[in-house]
Amino acid sequence: MNRLPGGLVGALVIVPVAGLAILYAWPFATLVIEAVDKESIRSVLGRSRTWSIVWFTTWQAVVSTLLTVIVGLVPAWVIARFDFAGRRILLGLLTALFVLPTVVMGAAILALLPDTLDRTVWAVLGAHVVFNLAVTVRAVGTVWEHLPADMEDAAATLGAAPLVVFREITLPLIRPAVAAAAAIIFLFTFTSFGVIRVLGAPGTRTIEVEVWRRATQLGQVDQAAVLALLQLIILGFLAIWSARLARRHSRALELRPLARPQKPRTRRDKTVVSIITGSTALVAIAPLTALVIKSLSTPSGWSVTAWTDLGSTEIRPGITLGLNPLDALANSLQTTAWATLFATGVGALASLGIAAARRAGRALDAGLLLPIGTSAVTIGFGMLITFDTAPYDWRSEWWIVPAGHALVAVPFVVRSTLGVLRSVDPQLSLAAATLGAAPTRAWREVVVPHLWRPLAVGAAFAAAISLGEFGATSFLSRSGGETLPIAIEQLLARTGSLLQAKGYALATILAAATVTLVIVIDRTGDLAGHSKARSGTLDERHADARR
Amino acid sequence: MRGADVELSGISVSFDGTTVLDHVSLSVTTGEVVALLGPSGGGKSTLLRVVAGIIAPDSGIVRIDGVDVTRTPTHRRGIGMVFQDNQLFPHRSTLDNVAFGLKMARVGRTERQRQAGDWLARVGLDGMGSRKVTELSGGEAKRVALARTLVNEPRLVLLDEPLTGLDLKLHNKLVDELTDLLRATGATALLVTHDVDEAAAIADRTVRLDEIQNAR
Repeated sequence: MNRLPGGLVGALVIVPVAGLAILYAWPFATLVIEAVDKESIRSVLGRSRTWSIVWFTTWQAVVSTLLTVIVGLVPAWVIARFDFAGRRILLGLLTALFVLPTVVMGAAILALLPDTLDRTVWAVLGAHVVFNLAVTVRAVGTVWEHLPADMEDAAATLGAAPLVVFREITLPLIRPAVAAAAAIIFLFTFTSFGVIRVLGAPGTRTIEVEVWRRATQLGQVDQAAVLALLQLIILGFLAIWSARLARRHSRALELRPLARPQKPRTRRDKTVVSIITGSTALVAIAPLTALVIKSLSTPSGWSVTAWTDLGSTEIRPGITLGLNPLDALANSLQTTAWATLFATGVGALASLGIAAARRAGRALDAGLLLPIGTSAVTIGFGMLITFDTAPYDWRSEWWIVPAGHALVAVPFVVRSTLGVLRSVDPQLSLAAATLGAAPTRAWREVVVPHLWRPLAVGAAFAAAISLGEFGATSFLSRSGGETLPIAIEQLLARTGSLLQAKGYALATILAAATVTLVIVIDRTGDLAGHSKARSGTLDERHADARR
Repeated sequence: MRGADVELSGISVSFDGTTVLDHVSLSVTTGEVVALLGPSGGGKSTLLRVVAGIIAPDSGIVRIDGVDVTRTPTHRRGIGMVFQDNQLFPHRSTLDNVAFGLKMARVGRTERQRQAGDWLARVGLDGMGSRKVTELSGGEAKRVALARTLVNEPRLVLLDEPLTGLDLKLHNKLVDELTDLLRATGATALLVTHDVDEAAAIADRTVRLDEIQNAR
């Protein structure tokens, strides 16, 4: 009676549904069809090289995850238990690292480590740990904060030494959070692409990198498709397994009100807190500082040439580089502008549609999340092999890269806005109806105006994602159309100190832009209020923001 | 069992520049049950935590049986403590909560389950060992907390507002039970409360925090 006309709802969701079908479902189906070929499957699975890559992918992910969780517990404890100057800044710093584009993180670690360690598995592990520290600290720290210190003290009065208290009381109670953090970190490191492209060597390739290499460097599209599918199957099994495990071990820890973090009182506490805070801050700041320093240093001393000559393509008199860093910057800004526009528009339509369509809306909501569940490389690869024949030869169209970025960014726009739309009291629409507004009018007056502020947050998210997107772009960008991450990877792969310095300069610019966007998101999000309006915590929303 | 001798001298604690305890001194003799009275937020709980070793004093000395334990970590002080909100371990069964201290003392599994079971019976919770502590009623949880503390036979028992927040009938019943339990174990006890009647009912002696401060 008072419902929106079905036609309006249909008009809202048609664009998101069509976009999802054309840009995601179709390429995905093409990829599967390409992969399901007896000969290619036999050839890929029968090769020992395949299994050594699967093995490397798995063990580096396991080790990265373990290290990140163990190392992260220390700052998580300090942040959960102590109130000290710089506590929020430290958290912000770790979060900023976490949202850096993968290529920038790879570049930062490359800049930091001595040449002997560059392009080794150690560099990869180090990058993964620094990158994901925020996951442990935020996920575990939040739960730890709610665990009363008195409970740990109670164990001590019963004779438990500090380590025993941790083993017997603390760890079992924070375990669900630790497991959740570990699952996220494992997913990120198992599908690591950008970091490995910058830091990896032939022996340190993940399945993602191998898919890219086979598809774009070796032209073995069928084999790449098999590998991409193999990875999806492995991840699917792991997801089911970890969900089961989580269910079995889930323990409703009664989240009490915050056991307020205390100011460190004793000299011992103060020392411990400053050592841990200091070293965590160092771990966070050092890679970023190294980026800037490396952009300014040459074999013959300090120089700003990399910055001032950013636009020059000449390597040596007469020899030019087929890549102009300033053009890459312009390309990136253009791509990001379009991707943000696409993602914001489609995301807004989708949100309004999902909020209005109830049950069918939920299906669209879940469908829009699929692209983030699939790796960016798989998405880019699928689009590459789908849109290559007339009349769908869209690979050289200007909009294909922004569209790919938007595909990944739309869910974030939806997450940012949907909660607000859903929290609009339905009584308001009814009140409007009693005042004479038809359902469509009431919706326009009561619901739609709530969209703008969260949409701005969603747009910032989309921009941050698009700026740093590397996986899908690696497949879709054309020579001359390089975005910043692509240019950074290419510059850092060259020899020649000026080229490298330019790569670091670009990485610095990209890092600064991303961090600025995240600060905007945080601020705007805070302003938008702590009401139900904020769907999910910032952690969740940050969680997959980098591709 | 003989209860411990406790001597606090010149205990001062400040948080963030605010003085919470100012030169507090107090002696409690073997087997004595002393109630510490004072308004809430007045530092009583802090004093108890200093005795337990949870909070380090800025100055002053804590002696148990004549030994300076000011720098001894909590788990080596041989004390027992009942917290206001019990602090039962939610991931362990009722029996395992009670047996926790025995486990820390490396008592064998069978023996500690027997002792913990005995103590559960003693506080009127016979056969409830397999219950989840999160499903216990307020009174049951309080009894488990008492049993968990007393099973270890601590020579000094610290009770931080143990009966606050219970309904009147249950409160009065537990006052009696607690009094009997403390008498039966012979432990020295320091009870923090803001309830004068409760203090009079349980304790041999009542001191007010402001009486024992600043006794330089």
